[in-house]
Amino acid sequence: MSASASPSDSIMQLSDRDRRLIELTQEGLPLVAKPYHLLAQQSGMSADEVMCRLQRMQECGVIRRIAAVPNHYKLGYRANGMTVWDVADNQIQHLGPQVGELDFVSHCYHRPRHLPLWPYNFFAMVHGADRDDVQSHIDAIAALLGEHCRARDVLFSTRILKKTGLRLKARE
Amino acid sequence: MHGSADSSEYVLDTLDRQLLNRLQDGFPICERPYLAVANEFSISEDELIARIQNLLAANYLTRFGPMYHAERMGGGLSLAAMSIPPEQFEQVNHIVNSLPEIAHNYERDHTLNMWFVIATEEKEDVDAVVRKIQALTGHPVYNMPKIEEYYVGLRFAV
Repeated sequence: MSASASPSDSIMQLSDRDRRLIELTQEGLPLVAKPYHLLAQQSGMSADEVMCRLQRMQECGVIRRIAAVPNHYKLGYRANGMTVWDVADNQIQHLGPQVGELDFVSHCYHRPRHLPLWPYNFFAMVHGADRDDVQSHIDAIAALLGEHCRARDVLFSTRILKKTGLRLKARE
Repeated sequence: MHGSADSSEYVLDTLDRQLLNRLQDGFPICERPYLAVANEFSISEDELIARIQNLLAANYLTRFGPMYHAERMGGGLSLAAMSIPPEQFEQVNHIVNSLPEIAHNYERDHTLNMWFVIATEEKEDVDAVVRKIQALTGHPVYNMPKIEEYYVGLRFAV
């Protein structure tokens, strides 16, 4: 099974109780011995209900996973480049998952072109120790795409202009 | 005081590195999840919790908890870009960032020099945000919603 395999893209209908749990964990999972019990106290649910709801959201893909998100900059991955590629339309479904499986690629998407300004339909976010490292990763992707890639570019971020977490407004 | 370490100076030991790798893979949903993971490393539950607290405090971790997938909650999500002349950049940046639907915004070294993520409560609201930014700034917005996702979630080997 390829790395792109994931639960169906259908949208799970979230209840108010699910949304309450999402709100309560936006800052993270409580760092106490029984975190789901604490969420139960905070939400007025039983611990079993909290665990069942989180499990179900994970199975539906609303929760990708419960995990640590490392600070890649602090861990020495100082350079990240948004690499963009013009990949033959009839090859992208075949090649996309292969690029996604490369261990230095964090996000990988098929997106629309905006011709003539923007000929690229494939995006892969690449991480490395420095720009030379990123460049060697780009060469590896280029080798993988081969003749099916007509053009490419890499965009480095020069400034973070805004960065906020997931917002979730309480529904009426 | 001599010898005292600032939190930013916190140096990872072998166990920290093992935990960083392990904790990226997923965390159990059970009564004592920290105990379950601590047992894998033959450490106490308290030590695991303390180490996660230290890794967060020292900024080796940006977050620990459920990673939510916005689109699966019924919301809209898209990546969009604009090409803004340098002399107007700060003004347009101010307008774009003032909208609550803009989650991230990056300046990048390209003709398309402003790249932002639009996140909306309802899927169909993304287009309205695009039109609003175009109306407010007078510049075209190149909307690039994903057609397909091949992978999300880099696993950093530490």
